[in-house]
Formats: sequence, structure tokens, C-alpha cells
Amino acid sequence: MAKAAESSGDPGTTSPRPLMRDLKAVGKKFMHVLYPRKSNTLLRDWDLWGPLILCVTLALMLQRSSVDSEKDGGPQFAEVFVIVWFGAVTITLNSKLLGGNISFFQSLCVLGYCILPLTVAMLVCRLVLLAEPGPINFMVRLFVVIVMFAWSIVASTAFLADSQPPNRKALAIYPVFLFYFVISWMILTFTPQ
Amino acid sequence: MAAADELAFHEFEEASNLLAETPDAATTSGSDQLTPQGHVAVAVDSGGSYGAEEEAEESDRTALLQEEKQQPGFWTFGYYQSFFDVDTSQVLDRIRGSLLPRPGHNFVRHHLRNQPDLYGPFWICATLAFVLAVTGNLTLVLAQRRDPSIHYSPQFHKVTVAGITIYCYVWLVPLALWGFLRWRKGVRERVGPYTFLETVCVYGYSLFVFIPTVWLLGVLALSLSGASLVFTLWPVVREDTSLVAAVLLSTVVLLHALLAVGCKFYFFQPLPLEHLAPPLQATSLPPDVLLPLTPGAKTT
Repeated sequence: MAKAAESSGDPGTTSPRPLMRDLKAVGKKFMHVLYPRKSNTLLRDWDLWGPLILCVTLALMLQRSSVDSEKDGGPQFAEVFVIVWFGAVTITLNSKLLGGNISFFQSLCVLGYCILPLTVAMLVCRLVLLAEPGPINFMVRLFVVIVMFAWSIVASTAFLADSQPPNRKALAIYPVFLFYFVISWMILTFTPQ
Repeated sequence: MAAADELAFHEFEEASNLLAETPDAATTSGSDQLTPQGHVAVAVDSGGSYGAEEEAEESDRTALLQEEKQQPGFWTFGYYQSFFDVDTSQVLDRIRGSLLPRPGHNFVRHHLRNQPDLYGPFWICATLAFVLAVTGNLTLVLAQRRDPSIHYSPQFHKVTVAGITIYCYVWLVPLALWGFLRWRKGVRERVGPYTFLETVCVYGYSLFVFIPTVWLLGVLALSLSGASLVFTLWPVVREDTSLVAAVLLSTVVLLHALLAVGCKFYFFQPLPLEHLAPPLQATSLPPDVLLPLTPGAKTT
């Protein structure tokens, strides 16, 4: 990505294919999440396309089949969607109430993009579940989910921690931990019926 | 801003002994000058047992507070920000205070110091709801390993039920309690209640003990949590008739016990009533297999 000016709001660019430009921006942010280092790209040029794509993918993979009864199965598509977005909004509100100086959409953007490792974990789990069920199957899935959960936390902390006053960092980070823990739990307990 | 917060906190440290002795003195005047974010003016009603000379001082101070401070309207963001004006160390201190209830050591006076927060209750309830659902799920998994005929499913709806129950408990019961205490204050002048937010805060922090002891969700967690509630409420109700005090305290403990027992049976029973497993299999198992974790019975 040698291009320097990726800002989406610049009317001067004569790009004839804004879709490709946006896709490149989303892709660039994915790379930033996968290799987290202190950079302002996620914060400065926020967009919500990436989180939307990830959330829809995750919800599609997690939704229970129609065989499961209403009450006993895993989450429905809408439930996953609501959890992800409602959770992200709650964490953002919490961080702003504690006195953080990050904007609302920037925070949503970071939290949404950092679901990428867990979406990858979901893909891997679905593949692993095609194999023979058993304790090894479960251990592999557990290991993958734990690693990706840690990756999500590290990535989001790298971006969000600086926006909080130093004596409240833990208070702002704990809900992020809880949020990704719930998503990881949903991924781990997923059983295709 | 950070320096101002630091100063405010140190002031609290120095005045903590004073506060513990005279809990009804209004203490927010100092911090108001330092932290321009509007703290909600917490009207501390004076308990009559501390003498009439405190009352004059009290009314002077509250008049001064109302003149000096512009309270932000409740439609502004600053109003809600005042409920989250806590540091990590303060939250941890309040959690520690709720874990170890002591009879003379009033949670509201020593730990809240007229500055209730909503961060603790909100996130403790959220954590508790998820921990209950997760542990209930784990119980089902373990039961299934023991008996493969039990049908395992993620039972995701339990998260929703857990969340709604716990949040309703932490908001509605303190509301009822606060309303009742205010009514008693009208009837008998010497009963001084806590503010609504302080009551919510006490309830929220008292639920914390359920999180680590969820495996022992039985007598131990219930007694710790109930004790912290009772010790906090005791100074308020002891001025009332002993009958009312006894009834109130036993109602509080009973409601708390109902919550604990309800959670135990709803989340930790591997064969719930609405389960998919055929009823034949359910009845063929002896009852003690159905509840593999009965810590309440075992730890008594």
C-alpha cells in the first residue's frame, strides 16, 4: 500500500472506481488489525463497512439451524447482530462517560474491526467441526479461540488505551474484555446440528 | 484535569476519619471547587441521632452548595458523566469493601463517601449475567459427558433471561427499598435514608461476590452478600421500631435468597423443564444425577 492519501473524504481524487478505493481502505484496516502496532489509521479514517462485513459474516456462521427449537439452540442471526452492535455502543458510551477523548464512531470502528481475529477463529472452528468429533477436536477449537481472543484484545487495546486518562484505563478496557469474551464463548459453544 | 482529580482524591483520604465519625456532614464542597464537572448534589439527610447542632451546619452547607454549583440538567451528557467519575483504584476499593462486610464499617459512609457511581453496579451485573449463563452451559456440558443421552445445546436464551433478571433486581428492589425508607422518614423523623443512587450502588457492589463464588452459589455467597446489605442498612433502620426494622431486613435477605436460589435452579439444572430430552429418559435417571452440582446442599 504505497498510496499515502487514502482519506475517503477527499473530493480531489479522480478515482473512477470509488468502490475499489473503499475496499482497499477496508483491506488496509484489516491488515492493521492483524498486525497491531500503534498507528492512527483506524482512528483517523474510520469507516463502518469493515465492522458490518465482519458482523454479518459472524452472524451468518453462528446462527442456529432451523432444526433447533426456539429456546434451546444457539443465537439467531439477529441476536448476534444485536449483541455485537449493542455491545460496541455500550462500550463506547462507557468509555466516553469515563472521560475518554475518542469519538463515538472511531470507537465503534475500532471495536468492529477487532472482531476480525474472532471471525477467522469461527471459520477455523467450522472447518475443524467437519472432522471427527471428540476431545482433540474440542482442544483444537479451544486453542484457536483462545489465541484469537487474545489477539482481539491486544489489537483493540493498542488502539483504544491511549484515549483514556491513565487512572481509568483498566475501567475502560474491562468491558472490551467482556465483549470479546462473550463473542468467543458463542464461537466455542457453537455446535452444528 | 488529572491533577485536579488527584487533589480531590487526596482530600478524601485525609478526611476519611472525620467522615467515618460524622457521616452526615456534607463533604462535597471541597471537591466541587477542584473538579468543575458538576457532581450531583447528593442531599444527605441527617440522621437524628447526631444532635441538633449538626443540623444548622448541615443547612448552611447545603445552601452554599446550591448557590455555588450549577447542577447540569439531566438531559446533558455531563449529568451522566458525574456517575462515572471514579478511578480504577476507587472501584477496586469498593469491591473489596463489599467482599468483606463488617458490622461497624458502613459501606456507604466509608467506601462510597457520598459519591455513588453507576460504573460498578452496571458492569458487575453484566459480568454476573454472563458468568451465570456460561457456568450453566458448562454444567450442561459436564452432565452430558457423564450421561451422553442428555441433549447438549448452547441455550443462548439463558443469557437474555439472566441479564433481564439481574438488572431488574438491581434497579427495582433498591427503588422499592428507597421508597419505603423515605416513607418511614415521613412517619418517624429519625429514620434517615440513603439516596436512591447510593442504594443502587450498594446492591450492585454486593452482587460482586456471586461472580467468583458461582461454583459455590449457595450458602457462602448468599451469606456474604446478604451480610453486606444488612450491615449497610442497619444504621438507617435501627432508629425505627424494631418490628419494622426486623421485617425490612428479613425481606431484604429473603429477596436476595430468592435471587440466589432462582439462579441456581435455572442455570445449574442440566435437565430443565423445557428441555428437548424425551421425558422417558428424564424420569429414568435418579434425582441426584439430575443435579450434579448441588453445592448449596454440600457446603452447609
